[in-house]
Amino acid sequence: MTKKPWISLGGIGVFAVLLLAVAPLVLTDHWLNNLGKYCCWAIAAVGIGLAWGRGGMLVMGQGVFFALGAYAMAMHLTLETAGDRVPGFMVLYDPLAPLPMFWEPFRSAGFTLAAIVGLPVVVAGALGYALFKRRVKGAYFAILTQALAVALAVLISSTIRETGGDTGLSDFKYFFGFVLNDPANRLMVYLIAAALLIVCLLAVWQFYRSRFGELLVATRDAEERVRFLGYDPANVKLVAFVVSALMASIGGAMFVPIVGIITPAEIGAAASILMIAGVALGGRASLFGPALGAIAVGWGQSSLGSTWPDGWPYILGLLFIVVILFLPNGLSSLPARFAAARRKPDVPPTPVIAAAELEEVRS
Amino acid sequence: MDGLIAPLLNGSAQGALLLLAALGLSLTFGQMGVINMAHGEFLMIGAFSAYLVQQVITASGLSIPVALPVAFVVAGLFGLLLEVTIIRWMYRRPLDTLLVTVGVGLILQQAALQIFPSQGVPVEKPRWLDGQLTILGYSWPMRQLFTILLATVCVAALSAWLKYTSFGRRIRATVHNRDLAETTGISTRGIDRLTFFVGSGLAGVAGVAASLIGGTNSQMGAQYIIPAFLVVAAGGIGQLKGTVIAAWAVGVALAFFAYWTTGSLAQVLAFILVIVFLQLRPQGLFTVRTRSLA
Amino acid sequence: MTDASLVVTDLRVEFSGFVAVGGVSFDAHPGEVRFLIGPNGAGKTTCIDAITGLTKGTGSARLGDTELLGRPVHKIVRLGVGRTFQTASVFDELTVLQNLDIAAGLHRSSVSLLRARRGVDRSIEQALEETGLAGEPATPAGILSHGQKQWLEIAMLLVQDAKVLLLDEPVAGMSHDERTATGELLQRIAARRIVLVVEHDMDFMRRFATRVTVLHQGRVLSQGTVAEVQADPQVQEVYLGTAGAATTAAMAVVLERED
Repeated sequence: MTKKPWISLGGIGVFAVLLLAVAPLVLTDHWLNNLGKYCCWAIAAVGIGLAWGRGGMLVMGQGVFFALGAYAMAMHLTLETAGDRVPGFMVLYDPLAPLPMFWEPFRSAGFTLAAIVGLPVVVAGALGYALFKRRVKGAYFAILTQALAVALAVLISSTIRETGGDTGLSDFKYFFGFVLNDPANRLMVYLIAAALLIVCLLAVWQFYRSRFGELLVATRDAEERVRFLGYDPANVKLVAFVVSALMASIGGAMFVPIVGIITPAEIGAAASILMIAGVALGGRASLFGPALGAIAVGWGQSSLGSTWPDGWPYILGLLFIVVILFLPNGLSSLPARFAAARRKPDVPPTPVIAAAELEEVRS
Repeated sequence: MDGLIAPLLNGSAQGALLLLAALGLSLTFGQMGVINMAHGEFLMIGAFSAYLVQQVITASGLSIPVALPVAFVVAGLFGLLLEVTIIRWMYRRPLDTLLVTVGVGLILQQAALQIFPSQGVPVEKPRWLDGQLTILGYSWPMRQLFTILLATVCVAALSAWLKYTSFGRRIRATVHNRDLAETTGISTRGIDRLTFFVGSGLAGVAGVAASLIGGTNSQMGAQYIIPAFLVVAAGGIGQLKGTVIAAWAVGVALAFFAYWTTGSLAQVLAFILVIVFLQLRPQGLFTVRTRSLA
Repeated sequence: MTDASLVVTDLRVEFSGFVAVGGVSFDAHPGEVRFLIGPNGAGKTTCIDAITGLTKGTGSARLGDTELLGRPVHKIVRLGVGRTFQTASVFDELTVLQNLDIAAGLHRSSVSLLRARRGVDRSIEQALEETGLAGEPATPAGILSHGQKQWLEIAMLLVQDAKVLLLDEPVAGMSHDERTATGELLQRIAARRIVLVVEHDMDFMRRFATRVTVLHQGRVLSQGTVAEVQADPQVQEVYLGTAGAATTAAMAVVLERED
């Protein structure tokens, strides 16, 4: 990555053209909307790649941060749709129910956007600080983060009046003043999500080529050694963890207007694991692997998951087993492996090659 | 006082079930330092084994005592299969093993969903578990008492096995220092297989106890894996004593939180409690002392 | 560079009842190559562990006016106390230059961490030059020879501008020529920094030590120049059992067997 950063940058450019220009021209509205959904997962996946692939922190509870962004956005959109009245689901049980206190500030678009950015930073910052300073890592860290995702999903499920419970929040009519039914506005929402994915890719591209990126890899491989170079590894990991949480939150926030509903099922243990699946498939430590893997898994989920619902869980399970067992660096390591087999110099994975590989796996 | 006895007894039973689920996990986690995320599905296999045994032995009074060893062996064999086919290749990559077993869990869940009715199957409670025991004015269901007895027997058997048999001593030696154990002639490969068999088998036993509550379905394992791991983590790796105390504490805490608030909020609070506890004592209740850097 | 000395007073380290270091005092100054010797289990490495914050110790270890004990590892490093390890620990997957760059990053602002590396710091060039690695900046550290890895570790301390270098068996496994090169390197470095070497190799100690402290069972047995220590009957008695008959050569053989 560090050797040829400009090729990677060109790859991001190609990817941007594909997502922002080609896809809207060739895809139907239905598939474009689906692609938008995959982009949201891909945004979260890029963050997981940073934390897990480069930082060695297996974040199995990114659903928590996905939920923070998603619910912040969904609350705002719900209030925008309800106008001056209290949202419908709240008055289902009690016609005179007041709006809960914590909903009130989400009427403001500015506050909502600040919350989407600020909440994950604060929560991940506090959680990460506590865990990393106490040197909680490995399986402990993985399971604790997943426990949080489970806890949050249970909490939301059980607070029907405040959060909509298992039915979630849905039926949004407006997106910051734009009517969501209008195809032009839906295209705009898609383009925002795709653009945000490109921005996140650019951010990790810069991270990976920076000194911080080298330091993060060094911390992943030899945490104690880094300590003896005068760095506190907790701070290094904290930065990567907070950035990955922020990306998950942004992905969650865009998920809401695109999909039109957010429920605890989208953020719990299973959803968090699905986010990992894409990253593992694409290649945890590579630049494009997590995003492309997430798009591939998302595509599998919505196509195979609906046409062959009995088979999809097997495929997902086998994906974990086969990829992690035989190809721990994911499909993006295949070109380098082939190249090594042919005794040629390293070919950095370009998105086109990786995408072709993904196609092969699907068929 | 009357208000406290019910959550205390309910919680103890809940803790006993958690302990059964965590025992095997503690054994395999202590041995290899990896979480077998399919452990919950082995518990599910135990529960379905109980159901299948009841299809053959219709006298429910007899079926549960038969189901216990059957579930132990069936779940144990699944664990052995997992160790031999997959986990043995991944000893140097503990975090990756965790993810691979997530995949195994997904496959087992889906298989159970397709083999058995999706709404789950009923496991009949034998009549001798129907009654209640009155303690300080509270009618305590016999099933809960049975769970506690079962957990006690399992803990006693496991600790005796670890302490007094040569297999057990070898397991403990391997947990403490794998490399040293190997150089003293212990076949750590064989020990790993055996540990996995016993650990998974214990999950099967836990499954039988869980099946008596009802809700024997393909999703049941997923509910247990995270709480069971939290219990193991809070108790300290490779520490039977710690696991027992932690399981009981979590069970009672759950019951009291549920008594004061609601069931689901109790789960959230219990999770947070364990996480806060691990902040204070990242090594768990009890630790194995080592001088190593790691 | 620094006039401050490293002064260790009554250092004690216990591992759940077992006294590994029981009240050790010594000092080290810039301008001398200070050696800490003793058989296995004497507590040499444990002393270094305690000074660098890896294990908990009581007593005192001061650099100038600053107490080191009780501070977290990375803070002690930032005070200018660096160390190497018995088994060379460099980042195998990174190049020599990247290794040094990470070490040099200690004094950089956090904002500059987010930028990519451009060019090579002057201090890194100097350290490469000094340690004889000038030809290897792009080599992955993992394929360096054992000796080169040790030099890379020393170079990492140099780019950090460490005031104190604590070196744990730096010449173990090195060839004779490499030992000589390392010894000369240490003498050059010691001109302006405090250099404390933990060693088993008596020949290396005799050739390059300015002053020596002999540890035995967690206590200081003898202290002084090489000649003084070798002449100390106590040292001879401990290592050979019979005082007087000992020759220094025999002592060296015994000590090396302990290795």
